[in-house]
Amino acid sequence: MILRVQQTAETVVAEAQAGAFEPILLGLIVLLPLIGFAINGVAAILAARTAERRRWSSSSHHGGSEGEADEYSNETHSVMDAEPTGVVPWTHRLPSLVAPGVMLLAFALAVANLFGMMGVELEEPIVRTYWSWIPVGELQVEAALQLDQLSLLMTLVVTGVGALIHLFSVGYMSHDPGYPRYMAYLNLFVFFMLVLVLGASFPVMFVGWEGVGLCSYLLIGFWFSEKANADAGKKAFIVNRIGDFGFLIAMLLIFVDLGALGYVEVFERAPQLDYAGPVVTAICLFLFLGAVGKSAQIPLYVWLPDAMAGPTPVSALIHAATMVTAGVYLVVRASTLFAMAPAASLLVALVGAVTALFAATIGLKQWDIKKVLAYSTISQLGFMFAAVGMGAYVAGVFHLMTHAFFKACLFLGSGAVIHALHEAMHATHSHADAQDMRNMGGLRRYLPITFATMAIATLAIAGVAPFAGFFSKDEIVGAAWIGSAGELPLSQASLFGVGGGTWMGMIAILLSIAAFLTAFYMGRLMLYTFFGPNRTGEAERQHLHEVGWTMSVPLIVLAVMSTIGGFFNVDSLVPIVNLFSPFAFGGDAALHNWLHPVIIGAEEVWASNTAAIPEVHHASWPILLAILVGVAGLVLAAVVLKPQLLGTPEETPAYEGNLEKVLYNKWYVDELYQRIVVRPVWGLSRAFYSVVDRGTIDGIIDGVLGRGAMLLGLSAGRVQTGQVNTYAFIIIVGVIVVLGSIVVM
Amino acid sequence: MLPLNAALFLSAILFAIGTAGVVVRRNAIILFMCIELMLNAANLAFVALSPYAGIDGQVIVFFVIAVAAAEAAVGLAIIIAVFRHAESVDIRNFSLLRW
Repeated sequence: MILRVQQTAETVVAEAQAGAFEPILLGLIVLLPLIGFAINGVAAILAARTAERRRWSSSSHHGGSEGEADEYSNETHSVMDAEPTGVVPWTHRLPSLVAPGVMLLAFALAVANLFGMMGVELEEPIVRTYWSWIPVGELQVEAALQLDQLSLLMTLVVTGVGALIHLFSVGYMSHDPGYPRYMAYLNLFVFFMLVLVLGASFPVMFVGWEGVGLCSYLLIGFWFSEKANADAGKKAFIVNRIGDFGFLIAMLLIFVDLGALGYVEVFERAPQLDYAGPVVTAICLFLFLGAVGKSAQIPLYVWLPDAMAGPTPVSALIHAATMVTAGVYLVVRASTLFAMAPAASLLVALVGAVTALFAATIGLKQWDIKKVLAYSTISQLGFMFAAVGMGAYVAGVFHLMTHAFFKACLFLGSGAVIHALHEAMHATHSHADAQDMRNMGGLRRYLPITFATMAIATLAIAGVAPFAGFFSKDEIVGAAWIGSAGELPLSQASLFGVGGGTWMGMIAILLSIAAFLTAFYMGRLMLYTFFGPNRTGEAERQHLHEVGWTMSVPLIVLAVMSTIGGFFNVDSLVPIVNLFSPFAFGGDAALHNWLHPVIIGAEEVWASNTAAIPEVHHASWPILLAILVGVAGLVLAAVVLKPQLLGTPEETPAYEGNLEKVLYNKWYVDELYQRIVVRPVWGLSRAFYSVVDRGTIDGIIDGVLGRGAMLLGLSAGRVQTGQVNTYAFIIIVGVIVVLGSIVVM
Repeated sequence: MLPLNAALFLSAILFAIGTAGVVVRRNAIILFMCIELMLNAANLAFVALSPYAGIDGQVIVFFVIAVAAAEAAVGLAIIIAVFRHAESVDIRNFSLLRW
């Protein structure tokens, strides 16, 4: 399952054909979203100018009609405040065509490349160099793209799920005054994300890494007229800086110790380092610090729940399906390095497992539907990190892919719910919270498509067979159990003096509990949202209706993918899972075979540095346990929770008892950070301000230099009397001195 | 013919008187006349030295006279303008351009 040896006969054939595959318009895939950004950006600027002019003229003629075509209005105004005249300007129509259009084209190109690559067994990555970016002595960084199995898979996910979310955004955001700006940012995000996954070296990846961070910031703070949204954007940006610092240090270390930054050279030379030595461990730990920031793991996860301040499709695309998985991609990309550093790998797995459980507990007691999904995302990312940390790189990527399907579906579904509630509340001028589940209930009668698609995605994330999450999550937890039996290379490693097998046993238990909690909080979300009586309000209920086709089509496609996405990697060696082998796409364990050339470097490192491991033995009880925890979580939620007894936020307190209070308040981690990080930094800043800046620097500049110059000027100014006689006298004295000195000498 | 020393001595005395006048007198007209005195002391020295040093000294004297004439025109015009403005030619009253 984890180490699947390629048949040698296939390899020989592959090498003969390797030259046959030429990537199809690789650069254009990256360029298309950038073109979309340029077009939508121009539309955004023109729309903002028009709005500005209209506000001017309306304020001078009518004394200002509030909110009309205000480009910078907040969500409360935005969703329904269409153009009051009824005429949609071209700046609001063009992005609907351009933004999803470029994404579809990019996706089509990616699919074309996929078919091309499936025909040949590509062993070496294809690198396309465009120009020399940083030629400085020994440091030669090319602006180059790399196409291999991993980057193509990521490109397919980014453009495919991205295209669906762009389409959803057309329905969700087209009435927003800032719609063109939104679409421009979204296109720009996809451009940077493609640079991130397709870059052929660490610096090029870093450009994408920073670019997606920027777009994330811009889109979290999209409705920046409300301070909370702008603050959330800043929080995400600042927390990510900590991780980026780690990434930078890791890059510098790689260059110093290996003399290159391109993937091909780095992974070729990586085995020259000391196995498990301090250098490679430091590199991996700093890389992981970068991944922790971007992928919202403990201790840097705090920005992701706040990032829900952005529009919901943004949460689906950036903060669930693509950007936050960049850290997982980074670890898999650098799998050769991580294989060299077993202790760092185990730490990755441990952090992932703890995060998975920790975030799942918080998700149990959130009322905001998007907050539940945000903590769920953090938890699922923890699963992925646990997988890649244990060396089960394919399992991590597999879960990344299926998670992109079902979590995007869940986020878009929650977006549809929020949209419907928002319209209903807008129609009756209610100011209730459209995201609070206590205001929902019984929505399955009003939003049948949304309910059906979200239900499928819930089954997928809970790990119910045969939905996508079952296969990927089972593979991760299964790998942990296998590792605990000493059958993974990393079982031989140790961290903090404890053996890898023991750690993986603990990880397996943590992940199983987390999977149980996942099923429970997702069941809770579905029950409170779609079942029981409707709590939205009598008047509002008349206005509840299903969303339009631009929003339901992406939901349906993603629900289908959540159903069948697991069949891309059905392993016939694993009991129970192999019952689904007849449905498998692309043959037995297709994803394992597909990604094998990417992780072969790691396998070679293990083969030469670890003792022979016993043959992997797949038991059926871990699979049964995985199914059990998923179903048990859902059933427990259905039995314990009583949606018919739930009231509106006014009637239902947010928490009862101390445990619920702690969970509702997210274990007080934000407060803890406030106390141990933010306040000390503030205090330090104030100290620097008053002592160093005002006291020392200003003291020297103002007190000594400034006052001195002033006194000197005042005293020297006395010489200038304004009396011509005095001046003449001074001149004569001067002449006498000069002449006298000449005579004397 | 007068000895050279006597001419140079006279020139030095005239120059010293002019210089002292510039330093100690307050009336702008007198100041002006003192400057002329200094110029002419220099002229005297030039002329006195020309038999020994060539004709150049006498040529320079003509230049000095021309410059002195121009200076007198401008200087007197300024003094007249100042007098019209302040009803006075006492330079102690004119220290406006000081700090």
